[in-house]
Amino acid sequence: MRKYLIIIWITMLSLGFAYAKQGQITCSGSTTVLPIAQAGAEAYMDSHPDYNISVRGGGSGVGIAALQNGTVQIANSSRPIKSKEISACKAKGINPTAYVVANDGIAIVVHQSNSVKELSVAQVRDIYTGKIKNWADLGGPSLPIVIVSRDVASGTFEVFNEKALGGAKVIASAQLLASNNAVISAVGSTPGAIGYAGLGYVNSEVKVLKIEGVRPSEATVKDGSYKLSRKLYMYTNGKASGAVANFIGWLQSDAGQKIVEDQGFISIN
Amino acid sequence: MHAKERAFVAITHTAALFSLTAVFGIIYSIFREGIPLFDIVPLSEVLFGNDWYPTHAEAPQFGILNLFAGSLLVTLGALIIAIPLGLGSAIFISEIASPKLKEIAKPVLELLAAIPSVVYGLFGMVVLAPFVRELFDLSTGLNLFSSSIILGLMVLPIISSMSEDALANVAKQLREASLALGATSWETITKVVIPAARRGIVGSILQGFGRAIGETMVVLMVAGGSAQIPKSIFESIRPLTSTIAAEMGETVVGDLHYRSLFAIACLLFIITLITNLSAELIFFKRNKK
Repeated sequence: MRKYLIIIWITMLSLGFAYAKQGQITCSGSTTVLPIAQAGAEAYMDSHPDYNISVRGGGSGVGIAALQNGTVQIANSSRPIKSKEISACKAKGINPTAYVVANDGIAIVVHQSNSVKELSVAQVRDIYTGKIKNWADLGGPSLPIVIVSRDVASGTFEVFNEKALGGAKVIASAQLLASNNAVISAVGSTPGAIGYAGLGYVNSEVKVLKIEGVRPSEATVKDGSYKLSRKLYMYTNGKASGAVANFIGWLQSDAGQKIVEDQGFISIN
Repeated sequence: MHAKERAFVAITHTAALFSLTAVFGIIYSIFREGIPLFDIVPLSEVLFGNDWYPTHAEAPQFGILNLFAGSLLVTLGALIIAIPLGLGSAIFISEIASPKLKEIAKPVLELLAAIPSVVYGLFGMVVLAPFVRELFDLSTGLNLFSSSIILGLMVLPIISSMSEDALANVAKQLREASLALGATSWETITKVVIPAARRGIVGSILQGFGRAIGETMVVLMVAGGSAQIPKSIFESIRPLTSTIAAEMGETVVGDLHYRSLFAIACLLFIITLITNLSAELIFFKRNKK
């Protein structure tokens, strides 16, 4: 009797395993893409009970390294993959393929009490490189500028550095914070602060500035008139197939993009 | 019985061997990942360079002097706060408090050590930093001063608890002899008990130093993160540990930036190894006596 029970138990276990495997997807990577992947996975699993999608953060570099090592099927990235990463993947027989899942604008934010309403890209650069030190020089209150930036390895920093600073070095006295949320809360609680974060993270604690006269919004990011915008990616090994293709395809569809918008990002459609 | 005993020995051996392997595995891997940096960037440039721009497109710079200064300054600040408070409470608990009060005070103090560092960090970020900013009318409260206070609070239980043990271990006869010779209890504490326990006290301070310089979460959250040598205690700093924590997640695995973070880890490892060894040596000498 006991023997039979054990056999039944093992069979059920292996069946369960096989069943779970059917839609087993793991992804990791960028903390910017994380809310999209997470909310997307939850919604998709609700409508597809045979799918099990696990989502982790870690950062764009971590995600791509995990893809390279074959531990995830999807690497989330807030920047395009770098040539070094491509060659590292190729060396392991991995062929990274990009899928754009959302658009994102990088909002320049200041404290609510700041009277400055807009800046030019050149002014943003002068602030971050330390040439402009006081808000009075920009028509604002006489208050030293507290520069808040992201750690230099983040995808958000890279895009900001390229699009706003033209590759110039951020002054060493800038505060480097480790997440979008930390930037928003630091700027929201510091009257002289300026910072930047993905549009999805902006809340009522801070004031969003116009850049070159353009306010970041769905329309201005999509038509490219807002200068500080970027694409968010999911990378797979080769062309996505099976469960992974279904999930990414759904995320790119209208239903998936609805979730992208709910999370504060901008749809690709 | 014999077999049982042998099995027990085998199990404990395996456990000891396992932790030893883990330690050496970690050491090996951080050095293997970190050392190749110096094939490309000279060691002196890393150690004495002020500029930390590891991801700059044309000319990345890997100078960690400012980060190192940040680590040392915040650790020093923490010790300035924790040493007097820690020693004071150790002396109070060991020498002055009634046995009943002692029974309550010591566990409460040790409870401070049980609070996770992220909780300290959150407290520093949400409560202390805004308070410091308003109190001193600063542009930011995330600075050397705030992070030293929080880190000092974290190190305090280590110093007080270990010092208290050292004080309590001083032989009773010494105290009695001192008092019998007519010394006041203040004289007994400062001239007899503390000198007798000084090895333990110095050891506790070294342990506190090691804890403070290796702490990551608190400084990541409260120090502000500017890679500069601060001109005042109210400026932001960026210690070595928080640099690793903030940047590791996003780097390209295997590139120079990645290697430089491991090189920082190697440096941190060497610093803590030296402090732990000295603390260990001091204790060893005391026990041998």
